[in-house]
Amino acid sequence: MRSLIILIICVVFATAHAQSSDQNLDQRTMRLAAEMRCLVCQNQTLADSNAPLANDLKKELREKLASGMTDQQVIDFMVQRYGDFVLYKPPLQANTWLLWFGPFLLLVGGLLFLILKIRQRQAEEAP
Amino acid sequence: MKRFLIPLALFLFLVLILALGLRLDPHEIPSPLINKPAPNFLLSQLHAPDVTVSPQDMKGQVWLLNVWASWCESCRQEHALLMDLSSQHLVTIIGLNYKDTRLNGINALRELGNPYQLSAFDADGRVGIDFGVYGVPETFLIDKNGVIRYKQIGVLTPEVIKEKLIPLIAKLNNA
Repeated sequence: MRSLIILIICVVFATAHAQSSDQNLDQRTMRLAAEMRCLVCQNQTLADSNAPLANDLKKELREKLASGMTDQQVIDFMVQRYGDFVLYKPPLQANTWLLWFGPFLLLVGGLLFLILKIRQRQAEEAP
Repeated sequence: MKRFLIPLALFLFLVLILALGLRLDPHEIPSPLINKPAPNFLLSQLHAPDVTVSPQDMKGQVWLLNVWASWCESCRQEHALLMDLSSQHLVTIIGLNYKDTRLNGINALRELGNPYQLSAFDADGRVGIDFGVYGVPETFLIDKNGVIRYKQIGVLTPEVIKEKLIPLIAKLNNA
């Protein structure tokens, strides 16, 4: 009787543990999928998309994580196959500098232009 | 009059940039696999479930890997072109039957003709993922050393075959 109770307790704990690690895996999968672009429906993340390929890829992500790969290893796996495009947030590297800093360049350029114009106008107005 | 010149020039510049942007096809994602070794796989053949096929088997020859499926409408568009290319015996054409059922795949080839020397059967699309496939049809040109030299996303056209594939095949064959 006693061993039966112990067995039951063990089984309950084991399933509870399995469930929590399952949930953990699901959460990691979804977090990664939210950082990746669906290749078919390009303005959606993998997490948001229900396209067949997106579902396949989510399954793939989950299995890679389950096999013990780190998040970064899984990201690298995806980039190797689909390129940087698969990352929803473009990486900061030589060919994306313009993308990242372009807006600030425009802002600074605009401000400089504005300051020059104002000074010019002031100089004209002052007799 | 002169004060409008700079805004006008800026405006025209913007129009030019936007016009160029409109002509790009956002659906064409540059493949990171170009000039990289083709991913390895071991799949059963569509027509012979107990015989396998692997890129290793094609070492030493230039070959095309054409990703197709019976459910893929646009694959039918390029099918006649593949039949034509296969009849010219310029290159070995291998099919990758992607996320299909054996029955549907075999029936489609019976109905339309079979341009492939053989088709690998990728039921769950795993190998497709390794090749970065996201829109069927896709076609890879692979050289004698197993390196991917060209990738066509979407349907092959007579122009692509004549102006890109055939010259590249000739070049790779001589390499």
